Order: sequence, then C-alpha cells, then structure tokens
Amino acid sequence: MAKKILQVVESAYRATIEEQDDTVVWLSNMMKGAGMNLDLLLVGGAVNYVIKNQDPSGLAIGDWKQAHPPELAQDLEKLIGKGSTVYLVEDDATVRGLERNDFIAGIKAIPRAGMAKLFDAYDQVWHW
Amino acid sequence: MAGKKTLTFVLMDPPFETPRSTTAIRLIDIAVQRGYDVNVFAYEGAVNLAFSRQTPHANAVHGRDVAEEGHPVPREWVAEIFKQAQRTGSKVDWVQCGLCVDERGAGEWISGPRRGSPADLVKFTETSDNTLVIPTR
Repeated sequence: MAKKILQVVESAYRATIEEQDDTVVWLSNMMKGAGMNLDLLLVGGAVNYVIKNQDPSGLAIGDWKQAHPPELAQDLEKLIGKGSTVYLVEDDATVRGLERNDFIAGIKAIPRAGMAKLFDAYDQVWHW
Repeated sequence: MAGKKTLTFVLMDPPFETPRSTTAIRLIDIAVQRGYDVNVFAYEGAVNLAFSRQTPHANAVHGRDVAEEGHPVPREWVAEIFKQAQRTGSKVDWVQCGLCVDERGAGEWISGPRRGSPADLVKFTETSDNTLVIPTR
C-alpha cells in the first residue's frame, strides 16, 4: 500500500509571484497526479490560501505585466478535486480574522491541539 | 530634475524564494518611474536576480504551455528597470557583489548590472540620500 504523506505548508507566499503558484501546493498537485497518497495541512500565514476572491493581479514592472497571477485557492481546489484532503489550523485562521464562509469549499479546519492526532494518521509528515 | 535624489537599495534574497525580491524590484521600479537615480548592491543570493540563463517553463498543473504561462523570470524585471531608466532619465547603477558571483558561479548576467565590491556600497551610501536594506530572513 502506498505511503500516506501529510504536507504541512507553513512558509506562506514563498515565490508565489514568480512561480504563479505556491511551490508546495504545485508539487502536491504533481505528486498526487503521479499516484502519491497525500493530504495537505495549512499552518500559520498559509491558512490565507483558502480564501475565496483573492486577487493578486496587476503586477507590472516597466512594460512587463504579469499575465497569470497565482490562483492559490483554485490550486487547492484542484488538489481537493484529485482526492486529497486540505486541512487548516483553525486557530491560525481565527487570529487572522478569517471566517469559514470565506473559505473555498471542502476545507477541513482542525484545532491546533488536534495536529498531533492528525500527524499520527500519516506514515510521513513533511514540514515545509 | 532639480534636487534630484539618489536612493540605494541593498538586496540579499535570491530569486524564486521569498516575496522580498519581488517587493524590492517593485520599489526600485517606482523610484525609477519617478526619476530618482538608483543604486543597487546585489549581495549574496541577490546576484542571481539578473542571471541571464533564467528560462521560463510550461506548467502542467496550470495546463499552459510556455507561451501561455508567461512565467516570470526576474532577469526580465531587472532589464525593465534599465529600459525604464532610459525613458525617465534615471541613472541606475546595479552592482553585483563579485565574491558572491564567484562563489555561486553566477557570472553570466544580463546587460546593465556591473561587477563590484563592498567598496561600491560604501560609495553608494556616502552619495545617496538614503539606503534601504532588504535582507534575507
């Protein structure tokens, strides 16, 4: 049976402008597509990825204009659509003033105190 | 421009890591748009912002080929700053820390930046109205 991996994303907005996505969410999408059994947990600032209606468009430097700004929530929706579960730490969302009705569909919120129990359900936990 | 100001930016982050590099280039872009003279000291990983071999790629997750993806590469942003300076009359002096370049084998960069040393940063600091350090965290 394939190993079950939990990807923990804490380094938020790392290279999201240049890569036009989050690099770990991207990697997760690729690995899920290649058959890996993985889920994702968003921690710290990364909880903001689940918010609907984010608009990072409009970056321009000189004559250069960004054609495809990152679509972080949509990339999470793709991952959910492939069968992965996307969790977030509810405490981190709450302290940032983020509310559940602002989340995209399918996000599972867990309390910080529940992280250890969640980790225990996986063969490996990768902390990014 | 009467009373033209000169700003120095010290950059440290490499490209494709944190938003700091993007933010730094946006600030430099605005300064050049406004006609300021700008010095840049690219230190440590920041010397790779102008690395000429940065190559855009397609993205299977996004479902776009190379042309459609329009993958940003910071060397283009650096080039835009120099292009824009020609239009606004700003003088841009972008120094690549030579030792930082050597230790990374990053000696190929686009037209515009020049090789230098911390001595250039000393001169920049002494001749600028202000200096902004955007360090690695």
